[in-house]
Amino acid sequence: MTKVQSIKSPSIQGEDRAHEADHPSSLVAKFGMDQPLKLDCGIDLAPFQIAYQTYGELNAERSNAILVCHALTGDQHVNNLHPVTGKPGWWETMVGPGRPLDTSRYFIICSNVLGGCMGSTGPASLNPATGKVWGLDFPIITIPDMVRAQAMLIDQLGIETLFAVVGGSMGGMQAVQWAAAYPERVFSTLAIACSTRHSAQNIAFHELGRQAVMADPDWRGGSYVDQGTHPHRGLAVARMAAHITYLSDAALHRKFGRRMQDRELPTFSFDADFQVESYLRYQGSSFVERFDANSYLYLTRAMDYFDIAADHNGVLAQAFRGVETRFCVVSFTSDWLFPTSEARALVHALNASSARVSFAEIETDKGHDAFLLDVPEFFDIARAFLHSAGKSRGLGDAGA
Amino acid sequence: MALQEQALPLPGLAPQASTSLRPDHLLVAEMVEPGSRVLDVGCGDGDLLQLLESRGIDGRGIELSREGVNHCVAKGLAVVQGDADTDLGNYPDDAFDYVILSQTLQATRQPKAVLENLLRIGHRAIVSFPNFGFWKMRLQLLIGGHMPRTENLPATWYDTPNIHFCTIKDFVQLCDEIHVKMERAVALDLYGRPVPLNLPWWVWNMFGEQGVFLLSRGGKGR
Repeated sequence: MTKVQSIKSPSIQGEDRAHEADHPSSLVAKFGMDQPLKLDCGIDLAPFQIAYQTYGELNAERSNAILVCHALTGDQHVNNLHPVTGKPGWWETMVGPGRPLDTSRYFIICSNVLGGCMGSTGPASLNPATGKVWGLDFPIITIPDMVRAQAMLIDQLGIETLFAVVGGSMGGMQAVQWAAAYPERVFSTLAIACSTRHSAQNIAFHELGRQAVMADPDWRGGSYVDQGTHPHRGLAVARMAAHITYLSDAALHRKFGRRMQDRELPTFSFDADFQVESYLRYQGSSFVERFDANSYLYLTRAMDYFDIAADHNGVLAQAFRGVETRFCVVSFTSDWLFPTSEARALVHALNASSARVSFAEIETDKGHDAFLLDVPEFFDIARAFLHSAGKSRGLGDAGA
Repeated sequence: MALQEQALPLPGLAPQASTSLRPDHLLVAEMVEPGSRVLDVGCGDGDLLQLLESRGIDGRGIELSREGVNHCVAKGLAVVQGDADTDLGNYPDDAFDYVILSQTLQATRQPKAVLENLLRIGHRAIVSFPNFGFWKMRLQLLIGGHMPRTENLPATWYDTPNIHFCTIKDFVQLCDEIHVKMERAVALDLYGRPVPLNLPWWVWNMFGEQGVFLLSRGGKGR
C-alpha cells in the first residue's frame, strides 16, 4: 500500500501567533480615530497600530535613522529572537554593530507592515467595531498604503528625514515607493532584489499560493479564526511553492541534488524520499506556525497591485522627477523572481530623471533569497553606499 | 582633417605637475566646463569621476566590472554596472553635457555605434584611446613581426580585451564619416605630454601614444 505522509500540523496551535497580532512583543505606535490612514481603496482605516523594533540610538540631530522594510513574510524582528519561533532575527547578517547597517552608527527602525500579522493592524487583528478578528473584512491594502503608515510612524517618532530606507523584495518595493512618495524625507534608498511593478509571472505565483490557501477546507471563507481552524495545509503548500521561487536551480542542486533523506533506496511511495522534498515540507510547516493565512493573501495582493509607473501616466521616470535622494540598486544574477532586468528598468528610469543612482548586479547562485544570506560582495556594496551617503549627510565616523 | 588648427591651452599638463593623477585624466577634466553634467562610460575605479567631482562637476558612471563598481560606490560615486555596447541605448537624448569614453573605445564591440550613442546622450563627447599608429607599435609589427605590446597595453593578442584598435588617423576618418565635429584634438606622447602643435599631422599619428578628442555633433556633411 502506498504510504502518504502529509504536511505536519504545526506544533504550536497558533496561540502565540494570534496573541502577537494584537499584542506584539515589540514597540507599538497607536493611531486613534482622529488619525485615520487613507487607503488607496478609498477607505479611512482607524484606529490602527504599527508594531516596530528599533536598534541603535537616534542621534541628537535626528539624522541617522534608517528604516528597514521587510519582505513578504518578514517582520519587525530584524535582529532579536523571534517571539513566536525563538529563532534569530531575519537580517542579523546585515544589521548590528559593525554590520553594513551598523547599529553603532545608525538608528535602525523596522516596522511590521500594515496587513501583517506580527502586531501591525491586519486581517489577523481584532476589528474594534465588531470585537472579532478582521478576516476578509479587512480592506485591501497596497504597497503605498504600507509606506503611508510607515510615514505616520516616522512622524510619531519625531523624525523629519530618514537617512536611508533599505529593503529587499517587497521591502525594496517599499523603499522605492518611499523615494517616489516622500522624496524630501529620504536621503538615500537601498533597493535590493526588487522591481517597480510586479511581473505577470510573479502575480501568477502569488495566485497559485492564494488558491492553495483558499482550497484548504479549513480556510472557511477566511473566517477560520472564528471557527477555530487554520488552513495550515493550504498555507504550507503556498509557502512551498513560493520558496522554490526564492531559490535557484543551481542552489537546489548544490544543497540537495538528488540525495535521499535518511534512506538509501526509494521507498516506492509518496513519502519524502528526496532531501529537497523533506526540506520543502519543513519550510511549509514551520511557516504556518508563525504566519496568518489571510495576512498572506493580503500581502501578496499588495505586491501584485504594485506598479509605480501606472501612478505616473505609465512613465516610470516621472515618478522620480527632481528627486534628490541617492539610490543604490542591487540585483543578484540567479534571482529569477526579481531578475536583473527589473532592477535595470528602475536604474534606467532613475537615469532618465537625473537621479543619483548606483547599481550593482551581484554574482551568486543563491537566487532571490541571496539578500537574506551571507553574500560578502553584497554587504560590501551596502556598506560602501551607506558609508559614503553618511559622509554627505554629515554623519561622523566615530559612531552616531 | 584640420587637426592642427585646434587651440590647446593645457596648463600644468607636464607629468611632474601631478604625481598621482593621470595626464590624460587631467586633460579630459580640463576640457569639461565647470558645473556641467558628465557621464563617464567605462569609469573603472572612478579616478576620473572623482577628479571631476572635486571640480564641482556632477558626474555619473557606467562600469562593466563589479570590482570597479564596488570601488566607485565606496568613493560615493553614482556608478551603474553596465556595458557600453548594450546599455547606452537606454539613456535618453541630451541627458548629459559631456559623455566621456576614456581608454575604452578599443574594447567595445561596435565602436561606431558607441560613438554615435555618446553624442546622442551628451551634447559633447570626450574620447581618448591608445593610438595604434604610435611608432613603437609600428616598429614591433615591422621589425619584430609580432602583435605590438607596450607598457600601457601589455596584454597579448589572445587575451586582450582590446578588440578594435585604431590609429588617430582612423579615428578622425570615422568622425568624418558619421558627421562628428572635432572641437579639440590632442595627442599625448608616451610621457603624457602633448605632441607640439606646430608639427605636421603625420607626426601626431606617429608620436602620439594616445589621442584625446573633444567632439560635438554636426561635423562634415551636415
